[in-house]
Amino acid sequence: MYEQFKTRAEGVSAEVHRFATGAEALDFLVDFVRTEGVADQPGQYAVFADCPFLGVVDRQRLETVAGLCFEVTRERASAAKIGISQVDWALADTGTLVQDATAIDKRLVSTLPIIHVALIETGGLRADMPALLADLRPEQANYIAMITGPSRTADIERVLTIGVHGPERLVIVFIDRMGGTN
Amino acid sequence: MQQEFKASIDRALHNANLTGALGKFSEAYKVNRAKAYEGIDFEALRSRIAELKGYAASHLQELSDLFQKNAEAKGAKVFRTTDPAKVREYILKVAQDNGVKSIVKSKSMATEEIHLNPFLEKAGIEVNETDLGEWIIQLAGQTPSHMVMPAIHMTKEEVADLFSKEVDERLTSDIPRLVKVARGEMRPKFLKADMGISGGNIAVAETGSIALVTNEGNARLVTSLPKIHIAVVGIEKLVAKFSDIAPILKALPRSATAQLLTSYVSIISGPTPNSDGSMKELHIILMDNHRSEMAADPMFKEAMQCIRCASCLNVCPIFRLVGGHVFGKVYTGGIGTILTAWHDELKSSEDIQGLCIQCGACKDVCPGKIDIPGLIMEIRRRLVKEQGVPFVQKSIYAVVNNRRMFHGMLRAASLAAKPFAKGTKFIRHLPMFLADLTDGRSLPAIASKPFRDVFKTIHQPKGLQEKAVFYAGCLIDFAYPEMGEALVKILNKAGIEVLFPEGQTCCGAPARYNGAYEVAANNAVDNIKALLADRADYVISACPTCTVALDHEFVTTFESLGQRKWLPQARELAAKTIDFSTLVKKLVDEGRLTLKEGRQLGKITYHDSCHLKRTLHADQPPRELLQKAGYELAEMFECDICCGMGGSYSLKLPEISAPILQRKLKNIKDTGAPVVAMDCPGCVMQIRGGMDQDGAGVKVHHTVELLADQLED
Repeated sequence: MYEQFKTRAEGVSAEVHRFATGAEALDFLVDFVRTEGVADQPGQYAVFADCPFLGVVDRQRLETVAGLCFEVTRERASAAKIGISQVDWALADTGTLVQDATAIDKRLVSTLPIIHVALIETGGLRADMPALLADLRPEQANYIAMITGPSRTADIERVLTIGVHGPERLVIVFIDRMGGTN
Repeated sequence: MQQEFKASIDRALHNANLTGALGKFSEAYKVNRAKAYEGIDFEALRSRIAELKGYAASHLQELSDLFQKNAEAKGAKVFRTTDPAKVREYILKVAQDNGVKSIVKSKSMATEEIHLNPFLEKAGIEVNETDLGEWIIQLAGQTPSHMVMPAIHMTKEEVADLFSKEVDERLTSDIPRLVKVARGEMRPKFLKADMGISGGNIAVAETGSIALVTNEGNARLVTSLPKIHIAVVGIEKLVAKFSDIAPILKALPRSATAQLLTSYVSIISGPTPNSDGSMKELHIILMDNHRSEMAADPMFKEAMQCIRCASCLNVCPIFRLVGGHVFGKVYTGGIGTILTAWHDELKSSEDIQGLCIQCGACKDVCPGKIDIPGLIMEIRRRLVKEQGVPFVQKSIYAVVNNRRMFHGMLRAASLAAKPFAKGTKFIRHLPMFLADLTDGRSLPAIASKPFRDVFKTIHQPKGLQEKAVFYAGCLIDFAYPEMGEALVKILNKAGIEVLFPEGQTCCGAPARYNGAYEVAANNAVDNIKALLADRADYVISACPTCTVALDHEFVTTFESLGQRKWLPQARELAAKTIDFSTLVKKLVDEGRLTLKEGRQLGKITYHDSCHLKRTLHADQPPRELLQKAGYELAEMFECDICCGMGGSYSLKLPEISAPILQRKLKNIKDTGAPVVAMDCPGCVMQIRGGMDQDGAGVKVHHTVELLADQLED
């Protein structure tokens, strides 16, 4: 399912990575925010929405990155380059991420910044939409968000253009064993 | 037709940007849509959608009640009304009660339908469309020309001009840069807005959820940033089960934009927290505006199965020429014609229903399985019933209805046309007000001897056991008798005697396609009497439009009119009716006809006639026969797109018919084949006439003419 997901997601301009453990994913994240020049100035912030991943990895390594913060406000998210959140499911046949996004910070970090980094446990993969809908509990999740690639438009002369109102890059990080160490 | 309407068609046809953009898009759409549906059983999928939407349409009250109950239990406020004015007032009241100064909107056809923006703006509230296309047309002060791509009619240069004025900076037409400018302009509007208004693509009764399907991400911001969210949802969006979302989400993006899924789908099932910790106010307006009346109509209930993908626009040969604005201000294209007739009033569709050429392309791709051309015909029928047939047409039908007079006039026309035919088989120019009819197309000269007279001189072999009644139709009878002769020759070789009942008359299609069902019913009765009088094994026709009349439409015409008397005979006739190529293919397969071996007849291309392909589903038999005969088939681009004939369509809207024909001629010539075959004398008339004026020298033939000499005795 992962390979199918990767093909589909890359087909809609998402970037897909996979790591065996949470610790390896953390290494990638720290490296990624540094490479992207995250800094304590408007336009260069990174915002991280609270999620289970933060509870199992060495969070301190992220806290030392200047400009990365866990307090997500609209102003901060709007001035951020990178938003990071964890999503709950992935659909292999369309390359789609699915998240219970009832908490507003999860939506702020995935809508306002230029880059959205989505963390997902590999076990969240589902074959397709019907398989997912059977698992979803709309009575418990007031806002279910599905994300397939970055924001796009073709409203001017049908020319596909990436990054209108939402992120222009979507970076997906699969983690096989969230709590696993190296 | 209204002067103003004709003028709007004229403007659209002369807008090169529009026809260029739409033409390019429709070509790409066809390829991309097919790719998006790869590996998917489209028929099964759309049957499922038709079933679940059809169920919802017949349980509107129950599902609305359930939706309200479940959504309110989750904390949403649900407002239900039939009246667009009440929707506007409700939204204004919520806005005023909360001191709303500015609103951000994501794309919503329902709010376009009720002209919400000007109403709110008049009350002093700033309304910002945030979908890029909607924002462009808002800045331009226009209305959407396409349900999914509202600004498809505008060029990047026009957009650059609009944006330049808005940001007070001279912008070039670089599209990524223009998109960035839109992002930058909209962002502060999102952040300061006090209210977000969205539509809803699906409303689930079982859970009180609404689903929003977007690509830009604006709907996520509209439903997340402001503290109040109002969703305006037409009740046709209701479905019973949460699991019903899956088939709709499978079809909608594929049919709308050839995507497997849009970038974003949001399923909202109750209020969510705002960023300051307060809870959002969520209002859901279930709007009727004549939808339940539509659902209560036994024929138009089907239109409730629409999922608003606009694929009927994307494949329409007329839409791609004239664009959306000709259709009116809100809903455009095929389904738009139907929705306008209901949401507005029947009369508003008076002009636009005439745009439909009845080619059936939209019916083939509709994921809601709606017979769009059929419903447009029904609009025509009701318009005629309500207002009568326009005078000129009426006098024509009075003639068609009287076989002797009709045939007498056609004979007379043969003589009258002589000065125009100038000894050729074409009429190239007609005087004065009829000049449009020969604009880009020569008309066939009326044959000096109609087939009904020629038939009497044909000597058929004696003692043939099987009998087939030949239904010639007007064109073969009076313009192309040689096609009839070829058909007799072929059937005789298979041991079939051809009978030609003299009492046969016009199949009624011209009257029916213009909404004059009573005239069509009279034609049907005359033909049933004539064609069933002889006990024959087959009733064969070499005109797909006539075949469809005999095979399907006599029955449905009687049914529409509630006339039961001739129904059993109409069904008996339908059972015997067969089109030329299907019968000949069958006779070849049975070994009763043998095509000459080893012939090399060179390259040929084949044009699919609309009724043959999409109603009779007989596009393969002629191809197989021609190839078996020794032709090398070179398929043309868009082989199954209408030639622009459409019966009397080319007479009523020659300005639209002509460019469709030109495109067809180009596609034929591009194959390099010296011959083009087709199975419809109407298409032959259109395409042969076009080739004559074009001077390209491509031979245009009915399959029957090409096969007659290729059979062993």
